[in-house]
Amino acid sequence: MLTVTVVDYGVGNLFSVRAALEYCGVDKVIFAKTESEIINADRLILPGVGAFMDGMNGLKEMSLIDPITRYVKTGNPILGICLGMQMLGTQSEEFGLHQGLNLIPGKVIKISSEDISGNSRKVPFVGWAELHLNTSDKFKPNILSDLSNKSAVYLVHSYHFVAESENHTLAYYDYYGLKVCAAIQRENIIGVQFHPEKSSKAGLGILKNFLSI
Amino acid sequence: MNTRIISRLDVKGTNLIKGVHLEGLRVIGPVNEYAIKYYEQGADELVYMDIVASLYGRNSLTEIVSKAARDIFIPLTVGGGIRTVDDVNDLLRAGADKVAINTAGVRDPELISKVAKKFGSQCMVLSIEAKKISSDYWEVYTDCGREPTGLNVLEWATQAEKNGAGEIILTSIDQEGTEQGFDYELIKAVSGQVSIPVIASGGYGKFNDFEMSVSAGASAVAIAGHFHYEKTTVSDVRFAAKESCIKVRELC
Repeated sequence: MLTVTVVDYGVGNLFSVRAALEYCGVDKVIFAKTESEIINADRLILPGVGAFMDGMNGLKEMSLIDPITRYVKTGNPILGICLGMQMLGTQSEEFGLHQGLNLIPGKVIKISSEDISGNSRKVPFVGWAELHLNTSDKFKPNILSDLSNKSAVYLVHSYHFVAESENHTLAYYDYYGLKVCAAIQRENIIGVQFHPEKSSKAGLGILKNFLSI
Repeated sequence: MNTRIISRLDVKGTNLIKGVHLEGLRVIGPVNEYAIKYYEQGADELVYMDIVASLYGRNSLTEIVSKAARDIFIPLTVGGGIRTVDDVNDLLRAGADKVAINTAGVRDPELISKVAKKFGSQCMVLSIEAKKISSDYWEVYTDCGREPTGLNVLEWATQAEKNGAGEIILTSIDQEGTEQGFDYELIKAVSGQVSIPVIASGGYGKFNDFEMSVSAGASAVAIAGHFHYEKTTVSDVRFAAKESCIKVRELC
């Protein structure tokens, strides 16, 4: 039986993540609020929308930070989505400086509303962007395998992840000259800035890849 | 960047409806049948608006959205009759990705900040119903284009952006349902005023209207009646956009 555990810490659109997982053939989606549910997961998803601080506070208040860290050590895969990906990082500058889970070294900073030639960028970025994949063999296979290079995914965010090591960047998109990190991976720790559950067929394909890891 | 092609679904009860100038509503059919059709045609996003909700103080959208979210895997924006942070929470938990707020936000601009703070700006869409008063002045209306507010659209858009709105769906009451094109001056004025994305809504009649909205500064274009009456399809619009060198999402 294919089971996926989704961390339920009071924020995030859990329903659409569950709907997409079920569509991809998952038999059981568990919304986890406790330590034991998280530690015993086969596959873990950390969803999230909203502000970084609220997300981290949500995890703290429910005492879920330590269980997530321990889960990661089991070697089973974790997928952070949107804010869930950002929280995998070291720290964020959203509404003051806040510490993340520090599972993949990197900072979360605001998307600059001006490009180098002074043209303005709309912030938040809202919409569909084509992924540019990191073709390094080191990552193969990964959740973006079999994705065509033109595949577009849906993103909505004002802050973006800047990985300390280029080796952890799985894909980016180009926002008027800014390479915005769209997916990261360090061993069994994976994060996507986009919403696979809202990215139509391309997104469902990516979720299926996550299920086959 | 890719201009979004949005299908706008005005809703009464569980039915898709369409009017002219947001009035004279006509029932088209069960809303989710249309929603699925547009998803399959490749719409980039769906906007559901319960356009009579704020008149009657109710919201029937939660159930519609939770059904839609089982089969439709693109962003869903939901508006109409949202009054409180709890209403927003219910809709997001039902499967909405963003909420569109007009009437309650005008009555209590703090609601916009509260929603943005709790759920993030990315899901706080300001819905503006604008009526042209003079060549450079538009007035904000609420309650489905019925109630004048005395607010200047440009000032309201700026204030709402400061309060944390992450996007604006801008409906011209004058053009809505006429198929005579969008109010381009309005789109230009608002998108020049704010740095958040603006969705053009109200008046699509032919592909040129899409192009002109994009030139005026729209990040996305909402189309309703023209899709509902099958005068065009999402795929037609996408194809025409590519022919005109407007960047739109590639369907793979």
